[in-house]
Amino acid sequence: MSGYSITEPSRRTKWLAGVLVAAYAVITLIPLLWIIATGFKSNTDAIAYPPKVVFTPTLEGYVNLFTVQNRATPAQLAENPPETWYDRIVADRGMVISGPSRFGERFINSVIIGFGSTFLSVLLGTLAAYAFSRYRVPLKDDLLFFILSTRMMPPIAVAIPIFLMFRWAGLSDTHAGMILLYTAVNLSLAVWLLKGFIDEIPREYEEAALIDGYTRFQAFVKIVLPQAATGIASTAIFCLIFAWNEYAFAVLLTSGTAQTAPPFIPTIIGVGGRDWPAVAAGATLFLVPVMVFTILLRRHLLRGITFGAVRK
Amino acid sequence: MAEVALRGVSKRFGAVEAVADLSLTIAHGEFVVLLGPTGAGKTTTLRLIAGLERPDRGMIAIDGRDATHETPAERDVTMVFQHYSLYPHMTVRENLAFPLRSPVLRTPEETIRTRVHQVAETLQIAHKLDNRATALSGGEMQRVAIGRALVRNPAIHLMDEPLSSLDAKLRADLRVELKRIQADLGATILYVTHDQIEAMTMATRIGVLDAGRLVQVGSPREIYENPVSLYVAGRLGQPRINTLPADLFPGAPAGAATIALRPEHVRQGSGRPARVERVERLGDQTRLHLTLDGHAIVTLAEVHTDLEPGDTLPVEPQNALYFDATGARIA
Ligand SMILES: Nc1ncnc2c1ncn2[C@@H]1O[C@H](COP(=O)(O)OP(=O)(O)OP(=O)(O)O)[C@@H](O)[C@H]1O
Ligand SMILES: [Mg+2]
Repeated sequence: MSGYSITEPSRRTKWLAGVLVAAYAVITLIPLLWIIATGFKSNTDAIAYPPKVVFTPTLEGYVNLFTVQNRATPAQLAENPPETWYDRIVADRGMVISGPSRFGERFINSVIIGFGSTFLSVLLGTLAAYAFSRYRVPLKDDLLFFILSTRMMPPIAVAIPIFLMFRWAGLSDTHAGMILLYTAVNLSLAVWLLKGFIDEIPREYEEAALIDGYTRFQAFVKIVLPQAATGIASTAIFCLIFAWNEYAFAVLLTSGTAQTAPPFIPTIIGVGGRDWPAVAAGATLFLVPVMVFTILLRRHLLRGITFGAVRK
Repeated sequence: MAEVALRGVSKRFGAVEAVADLSLTIAHGEFVVLLGPTGAGKTTTLRLIAGLERPDRGMIAIDGRDATHETPAERDVTMVFQHYSLYPHMTVRENLAFPLRSPVLRTPEETIRTRVHQVAETLQIAHKLDNRATALSGGEMQRVAIGRALVRNPAIHLMDEPLSSLDAKLRADLRVELKRIQADLGATILYVTHDQIEAMTMATRIGVLDAGRLVQVGSPREIYENPVSLYVAGRLGQPRINTLPADLFPGAPAGAATIALRPEHVRQGSGRPARVERVERLGDQTRLHLTLDGHAIVTLAEVHTDLEPGDTLPVEPQNALYFDATGARIA
């Protein structure tokens, strides 16, 4: 929008709004910045009192996060002098790296389960929402209410039945099991959110595409999906955030093969005393995928509001 | 380009009979205009032909084959929607090319480029081809919507008030252009409008709809001069036809309840004295508002008439139309 219009807020209003948003951002971002900073502190700096704002950064936390270490005698150290930068960091504390930690695996599990269930939720959600929006579905209102009602209690309330079901079905501690579970929880949200977005798209666009020589499915792909992009993007972000951060079910249902990062990160504390920098490093890395995903989809979120080319 | 025939087609929405037992054959190369007030079933008729609605009864034939159960894509029709123009997430060029790229047509890119350019030139939107469809004025959107029909060469073009949001000059240009396209290419067109000039100048035949029923079909001249009912008579005419009690003037046929007078049916200078209430000078015509025994009559005067409000002007009917109490024409 260019120039002045009566609907455009005044300069002062905009300025005030800007200050408020900035202040809010600072307040919410400080804890986050503190975590990121802690990841680069040494163990002593991390628990220093009063807290240190200025410190010498080190990658110790990150090295500890990704490795398993053993204590080494000075003789052993002299025999095998450290070769890489991370060997050196460890050797300074009189340790040697004996192998990689589990963090990498757990992180990849999180990626597979988080993105897998997000993809499934959005795919099934879009198809279901389209059907509810466009077709005469018997008992439509009851079905929609039922779908919503699955969210009326916290999912963890059904933890025991799900635990038993998973054990019976052999889904405990499997990627497929966790993807199914998170998809089931997210699907009701996805259907409702997307139905709202698809309802807003005038049918005439699809009808025009049918007349233009396309099938119903092609019209859906070429006309409905692009116009529902905003809805799909925001739904995907919500679904990913839930699946990514979910802790309770992950603790309950996974222990090894399919364990995600959230239940793993707290176990780092125990590894070598109170290793706060390693925990902070894990938390920092854990934030990255959701952040990147959201930033990638931001374009769709902002561009979403098209003033439809509908003549009224 | 083909013959399109509706045979006894009905469509009901709940309690509303939107189209009732409608039969109409649109011959190859014809330009048929549907007239009717709002809610008469014009849009529904077009949607039935396009295949966007299934008829409850009756059959639709396109090019001799029974198309009643075909999908819209199989029917090979275009439609310019009344309230709708363009795919908002595409540019003007993509909008125009969209029908040509369909799996039904699979036009080569080279042909698409030339077709899109031709049509854009004709509709004077060539300079907007790379605009997003949402970044256009209402009139431009409407021209692109017409363009999306004209890039194809279908069995029939269905157009639902396609010129309604254009300015007078563009509307006149496009009227001529559409008529030329129809004449040159032999296109078959079914066209909905409320505009008398469009109906009179473009139509080879006019169909008049009343609450879903087709009450009269005929050439523009027939519909204008020989309406079967008071309802049809009221569809055309500027200023609107005057409807008065039949006994206002002597000489009404037996059973006549209403006399209907177009301006050319009002002979001035003899007959019963009417009072001039108002003189409206519109430039190309001058309208006289008269009262006779408390009944208003609107007619035309000579453009530079000397008549003024308060004057008395004797008038009498000439070749007037008479209708009975139910509105049916009797003379
Ligand atoms: N999808 C629908 N559901 C219910 N009723 C409908 C539907 N479509 C049309 N109708 C009804 O059918 C009748 C005919 O509608 P239609 O749209 O054909 O009118 P129209 O002649 O095109 O009017 P206008 O000049 O206002 O566009 C109207 O009474 C309308 O309310
Ligand atoms: Mg209509």
